[in-house]
Amino acid sequence: MTTIAANRPAMDGKALDLTGKSGSRAFKNTLATVLIGLCFLLALIPLLWILWTVISKGYSLLFDAAWWSESQRGITVRREGGGAYHAIMGTLIMALITAVIAVPIAILGAIYLVEYGKGTKLARAVSFMIDILTGVPSIVAALFIYAVWITILGFNRVGFAVSLALVLLMLPVVLRSTEEMLKLVPDELREASYALGVPKWKTILKVVIPTAFGGIVTGVMLGLARVMGETAPLLILVGYSKNINLNPFDGFQGALPTMINQDRTELSLQPAADRVWAAALTLILLVLLLNLLARLVARFSTIKSK
Amino acid sequence: MSVNRLLRVGTVAVASLGVLALSACGSDPETSGSSTPSGSSSSAAGGDCPEGTLNAEGSSAQKNAIEEVISKYNEKCADVTVNYNPTGSGAGIKQFNAAQVDFGGSDSVLKTEGKDGAESEAAAAAKRCANNPAINLPMVIGPVAIAYNVDGLPKLILDGPTAAGIFQGTIKTWNAPEIAKLNPGVTLPSAQIAVFFRSDESGTTENFAKYLAAAGGGAWKGEPAKKWTGTGAGKEKSAGVAEGVKSTKNSITYVEWSYAVDNKLGVAQIDAGAGAVELTAESAGKALAAAKQSGTGNDLAMKLDYATKAAGAYPIILVTYEIACSKGLPAEKTALVKSFLSYFASTEGQASLTELNYAPLPEEIRTKVDAAIQSIS
Amino acid sequence: MSSTDGTAPPDRPADGKKLELGPVGHLGDRLFSGMAHGSGGLVILIVAFVGIFLLALAIPSLARNESSFLFSRVWEPGASPPRFGIAALFYTTLISSIIAMVIAVPIAVGVALFTTYYAPKRLAAPVAHAIDLLAAVPSIIYGLWGILFFAPILRPVINGIGSALGWIPIFEKPPTADVGVVFTASVVLAIMILPVVTAISREIFAQTPIAHREGALALGATRWEMIRTAVLPYGRSGVVSASMLGLGRALGETVAVLIILSVPNANDPWNSSIFAGGETFASKIANNAAEFDSPEKTGAYIAAGLVLFVVTFLVNSAARLIVARSAPGGKRPRKIRRIGDKAQTEGAAL
Repeated sequence: MTTIAANRPAMDGKALDLTGKSGSRAFKNTLATVLIGLCFLLALIPLLWILWTVISKGYSLLFDAAWWSESQRGITVRREGGGAYHAIMGTLIMALITAVIAVPIAILGAIYLVEYGKGTKLARAVSFMIDILTGVPSIVAALFIYAVWITILGFNRVGFAVSLALVLLMLPVVLRSTEEMLKLVPDELREASYALGVPKWKTILKVVIPTAFGGIVTGVMLGLARVMGETAPLLILVGYSKNINLNPFDGFQGALPTMINQDRTELSLQPAADRVWAAALTLILLVLLLNLLARLVARFSTIKSK
Repeated sequence: MSVNRLLRVGTVAVASLGVLALSACGSDPETSGSSTPSGSSSSAAGGDCPEGTLNAEGSSAQKNAIEEVISKYNEKCADVTVNYNPTGSGAGIKQFNAAQVDFGGSDSVLKTEGKDGAESEAAAAAKRCANNPAINLPMVIGPVAIAYNVDGLPKLILDGPTAAGIFQGTIKTWNAPEIAKLNPGVTLPSAQIAVFFRSDESGTTENFAKYLAAAGGGAWKGEPAKKWTGTGAGKEKSAGVAEGVKSTKNSITYVEWSYAVDNKLGVAQIDAGAGAVELTAESAGKALAAAKQSGTGNDLAMKLDYATKAAGAYPIILVTYEIACSKGLPAEKTALVKSFLSYFASTEGQASLTELNYAPLPEEIRTKVDAAIQSIS
Repeated sequence: MSSTDGTAPPDRPADGKKLELGPVGHLGDRLFSGMAHGSGGLVILIVAFVGIFLLALAIPSLARNESSFLFSRVWEPGASPPRFGIAALFYTTLISSIIAMVIAVPIAVGVALFTTYYAPKRLAAPVAHAIDLLAAVPSIIYGLWGILFFAPILRPVINGIGSALGWIPIFEKPPTADVGVVFTASVVLAIMILPVVTAISREIFAQTPIAHREGALALGATRWEMIRTAVLPYGRSGVVSASMLGLGRALGETVAVLIILSVPNANDPWNSSIFAGGETFASKIANNAAEFDSPEKTGAYIAAGLVLFVVTFLVNSAARLIVARSAPGGKRPRKIRRIGDKAQTEGAAL
């Protein structure tokens, strides 16, 4: 929350007494407090319930070293053992490729919006398109890549195609947050740099971006977190493999969401059910880790504006 | 700014370390049972062990069967990686014909007639096999159970017309006279029958509809297709319908036997005219034994007789075919396909299916399949 | 982060001009500026391509379609000639998302008010993070949890509403005890969009100018009256646009809906009840992705995807319009515009 905290002295009950409250107003105030508190509790129920479900059913496998280092090769739904290594790597590789493609475009796009295009027609168009992109459902992004990659270009379904679809989802998130961060960089810094005769591109690279670095990283992490849990593009664009495949350009590749999807059809079998919840917990932990990293980076490198 | 730089380096380092740490120790699990170190094991049931990766895709009905066989096969041939993507029969044929996979799995044979003058599936498959015919190899018999969830009803007997009536929606309640007549002395609830069907296109649906059409005595109206034409509420995939029945009282569905067993659902016995037959691996195998071969030569497409009155035969079965090139694949792929499929069709491979609630191929058909696989070149 | 009102970002009109004065003409400058322009252009190209490609693949199927695409509920893209219409998909998609919004928005506003103005500061930040955590749960898990654990306890609620209001078609009680109904999906969707709507509302509420709030309190308002007269009016447009963004998310949600919803039978008469099954655009496409075996069939699904694209776009545009219209003095729109990402960034930075 912001520094304008709710609990200033003026908001304490005491101050209000001065006006001589009527019964009904006091009652309404209490009622509102109760209702708002209830809303909060109501929101907490599903949160705790879901987390409890996933953690209580999934934690045991996570303490098994094999979970982090072995694939599911040769493990059938009725058999225990194996791990999620193939899926974790698949998820990380696809996320990495997504980031490698999306982040430069997003950052350059944000630089364009803030440093070059401000107020121009093109910038407004770009801004508008990003708003559209923000709203593109993941299934539509997947269909689009399917249309281009498989129907028109005739390629196979591979992990890379998934990454392409995820780029569409990650791009607007990173671009918008980078834009925000760049806007927060004080103009004085830029002007000081120009005054010293530093060319604009160097100013951007050496002054603007380092200043906004923490925020940009935060945006990237959050963008990654958003795309890692996506299932729909994986369903359409790559086959699931239980084997380790570190090549995103060839063959089937596992990923955590598809690993869940694969075994969720066999929830009545204990080994499969254990793996479903453990994979879910792993995915949540990965996303959480990224969020934490983002928070850390942001905390230690906030722009000192004055 | 120095803090920033430090952080930047730190972040990159942490991230790359994490990836490295993970990638350094990733491995395949030791397959349980066999403690032979990989590399020194190479004596498959049907010959030598090649090396390489085999990709296959198709019917979800055989998913558990093929995964079990892959697992067993890898105990023998550790250097072959077999991927099977259970996305559905249609997808299996499509991906096979598009040369995206090395063999396909399908619950129905390649169609020899194209729609609207379009190229037929069989013709497209032949083209993919460098102008050699593709062959249908029956491999897995998956009995389809009529699974239900009714309190206090451990045993339910149905016949073709009654089943067709229920799934068509003309028989609406559990205590309908048609059902009562087949189950004398049983108290049936008066509740509405909740029917669940597969909402995705499915070979199971097609085969079940074929049964209802053949044995339903006219009570089934629709043309058998992968898409359901009867009554009810649709659920996604076998797991969906099984889960639907499990969580809904007085419901019924058709689903692969293993799902009915795993979810502890009641399974109806079928009375085809020669007394009620319980669903067992044996009774399902008898239904395939009664089928005729409709393909020629090594193409082992079968024509099932759903209305069979053979004693002790459970008539609702689904045969999953592996679709492979008779010739024309690159030599190393051919070796992989032959090696894996001959293990699949071996007595050992087939025997492992019974405990998963599939039925093994009858011996007579198994030998034919094996011979057909050996002829692949 | 814009943590205090004092650090309003520099928005000087003269900005662009001033920058031009910087040393230009370097090769590096031209390269860099070219890359930046290129990326901007690329974004436009990408979106244009998405639209054009989807359209190009959908048109041949639409041309051969024998049914009314917009008003029919038949879906037989594999038949010859193909017949398909989106009426049923459209209805279910919209009704499930709207119900989700109706449930989620009041609760989200309550939670946002709680964390900004009621909870002790020590509690507020952890609570905010906890709610944000809901956004980290993958949607496939919502689906599984929804159908396996949550749906059974919704059964009595469905029966209750069905018995009381069953005479209204939309609340008509279904004959069977199946729980994979639109209402269940809606409630799960509500839980899924709760974090987004909460995060944005929180952000907006916290920005209510101190002067407004203290003014209200100085006049003797109770805490609730202060919120009603100062915070809510100030945040209204923000909440509306947050709801729209949540609606957009709900419209496109795929896997959770796919797992939960029962699909009604194509032969049964049309049932508008929220206690019956249904299919949304996204769940229909995902459910049949394995059967895209001819260009024509694929085209039908792509056409459906295109409609979803357009609907989502309209909803998001509406959100923007509302914000632009009701923003006082043009001061706030910039802050509210990038809603989701900004709010999440803020939340994350805490």
